[in-house]
Amino acid sequence: MTTNATALSAVIYKVSELAPDVREFTLIPGNDELFPLYSAGSHVVLSLPIGGRIHRNAYSLLGDPARRDHWRIAVRRQQSSRGGSAWLHDEARAGMYIDLSPPVNLFSLVRTARHHVLVAGGIGITPILSQARELARLGASFEVHYAFRGPANAVFLHDLKAIAPDRVHPHDSDRDGQLEFGPLLARQALGTHLYICGPQGMVDACMQAGARLGWPSKHLHSEQFIAPAGGEPFEVELKRSGKRFTVPRDLSLLETLELNQVDTPSLCRGGACGQCELEVLDATGALVHHDVYLSAEERASGRKIMPCVSRLDGGCLVLNH
Amino acid sequence: MAIAFKQETFRGEYTYANSDAAIRRFPFPFAQDSYMYSVNMEPHTKGPVGSVFENAFDIDEHYLGECEDRRITLARDPQRCQSLPHMIDAEWDVLELIMTSLARDYPENFTLLRDGSHWTWINRPLNIRQPFIFGDAATLPRQPFEYITRQTQGDFVIMDQRDNNLFADAGMVTSQADWSLSFDLGMSFMEWHAPVPLAHELGIFDRALKYLLMLQQGRPVRRLNWTMTINPRLDTAPETYPEWGTDRASVTPENAGDKVHLRVELQTLFRLPRSNAMLFGIRCYLASLAELATYPRWAARLHRVLGSLPNELQEYKGLTRYRPSALQWLSAHDDGRELALGTEPV
Repeated sequence: MTTNATALSAVIYKVSELAPDVREFTLIPGNDELFPLYSAGSHVVLSLPIGGRIHRNAYSLLGDPARRDHWRIAVRRQQSSRGGSAWLHDEARAGMYIDLSPPVNLFSLVRTARHHVLVAGGIGITPILSQARELARLGASFEVHYAFRGPANAVFLHDLKAIAPDRVHPHDSDRDGQLEFGPLLARQALGTHLYICGPQGMVDACMQAGARLGWPSKHLHSEQFIAPAGGEPFEVELKRSGKRFTVPRDLSLLETLELNQVDTPSLCRGGACGQCELEVLDATGALVHHDVYLSAEERASGRKIMPCVSRLDGGCLVLNH
Repeated sequence: MAIAFKQETFRGEYTYANSDAAIRRFPFPFAQDSYMYSVNMEPHTKGPVGSVFENAFDIDEHYLGECEDRRITLARDPQRCQSLPHMIDAEWDVLELIMTSLARDYPENFTLLRDGSHWTWINRPLNIRQPFIFGDAATLPRQPFEYITRQTQGDFVIMDQRDNNLFADAGMVTSQADWSLSFDLGMSFMEWHAPVPLAHELGIFDRALKYLLMLQQGRPVRRLNWTMTINPRLDTAPETYPEWGTDRASVTPENAGDKVHLRVELQTLFRLPRSNAMLFGIRCYLASLAELATYPRWAARLHRVLGSLPNELQEYKGLTRYRPSALQWLSAHDDGRELALGTEPV
């Protein structure tokens, strides 16, 4: 997939400190065009220039999906972060340009649901905000549960109450303890869908409560991000021509072959059609398969790779090509 | 370049025919001498000028005839256009996608004026000037999806994405190769493809579904599909089978060149931004065997593909009855020479 062909350019328009470790960024288009529309629950992948390399971090769009003149994201500093969130807290300034992907939605509302329960924990409020906005616009039946640690961290409670008056249930975990999913899920009517974004422990507790109560797994949704394209750089050697290239971090193996004028038939560029399959003769690293074409046996054999989406996690790949 | 729109019919006297230019740009689907299903999807990027891939939605010389044929079919059976209530945002997505694409790609024929949510749509070939408020269906003469697809060539299905699946929850289907929207409405991807032979066993639909679920905004994809139709008839629906089914028995080796048509579908898939649904366009191109034989390479290729087609596919595509006549007609154009790979006419 050519990740750069459709990359969007944005300018950081405004940075707001919402809490000691939470910053909100307002992004505006970096050229004369408006941003594309997006659906509630969508995220974008930011390309951040850190130490001469590009780091890719996914963030949910938290604003009004109908607005195309600006987008909003919020970033919590991850204590263990040496990458994206630290850069956004320490280096990012208004006026800077950044590249980002078009919106992708892997946390979409189910429009056939009879009732929607939105659950946010901490910074997990970001996709929930856009979903609440969308459900309010649609006139759908919904409720929002927003868990946070102390009032200082309830950074979007005011926005949420403005979007959905009388439907918001704040939950201060410092005062009230953990959100109890058993009673919350048990009282929902058939046909309800639940959407949760928060710390992993909270999501796990919710899913376990749902399973215990016999909720269909298809009615329990948690936020998913797309796996950022690219990966570790690696060497590729072509046995037939003796050519050798480096596949960089942000290009696919197929794109690298094409850039070097190595004729490689391809079609779907998404790991489904099988056209670009290449034979692996040797690999000093592990093959990272992202396709849906190869069977489990073919993957296990280590003899085949779909260069449009799959790569090596470093080292050298020798192809019969 | 200006398109010379024709007045023609896809029923009754069947005055439909392709100009030389239309034959030359026909999306002939066979790159080799045999055919089998595959995940033949590729990015729907801008193709060569004049080709059917040049624009997001192809408008050609048959535009007026196809819009009129759709109007006739809908007047007889309004159920050919249906949309479930949760698809209204997707309907607006489709209206915006088609209007902005046509206005961008065919400025002589279509114009879209936008001032906030106050839009005016101008369709010169159909002599329409429609002011409306985007998002307010009451300001359009019909629901948004029906409104715009009555003015666009090709059938359309909108698929809602949920449960890691795609559901055919809206459609405008008046030029279908023997399938029914009323029957398939609301079905999942596997359900509505269930009748297709062999492809399930090959894992085609599993892979196609996984690929499509990840389809991204601004990166549409396309594929070609094909079947055959007797007479240049767009409306070959199960609902009207008594009107066209018996035509299959009318084919002889003498008339096959004019009666038997290769029917190629340019299928396109677009992620829709507001709804996260997916637009599935099925744009139908018809060319008679005689028209295809303008290019000897195509006639010879089709002769070989039809001759070696697996029985299950002959049966599913409804070719069994007239295939021998078509093969006999085509055999005069196939001297057995080797044909290079590719779909080009020459």
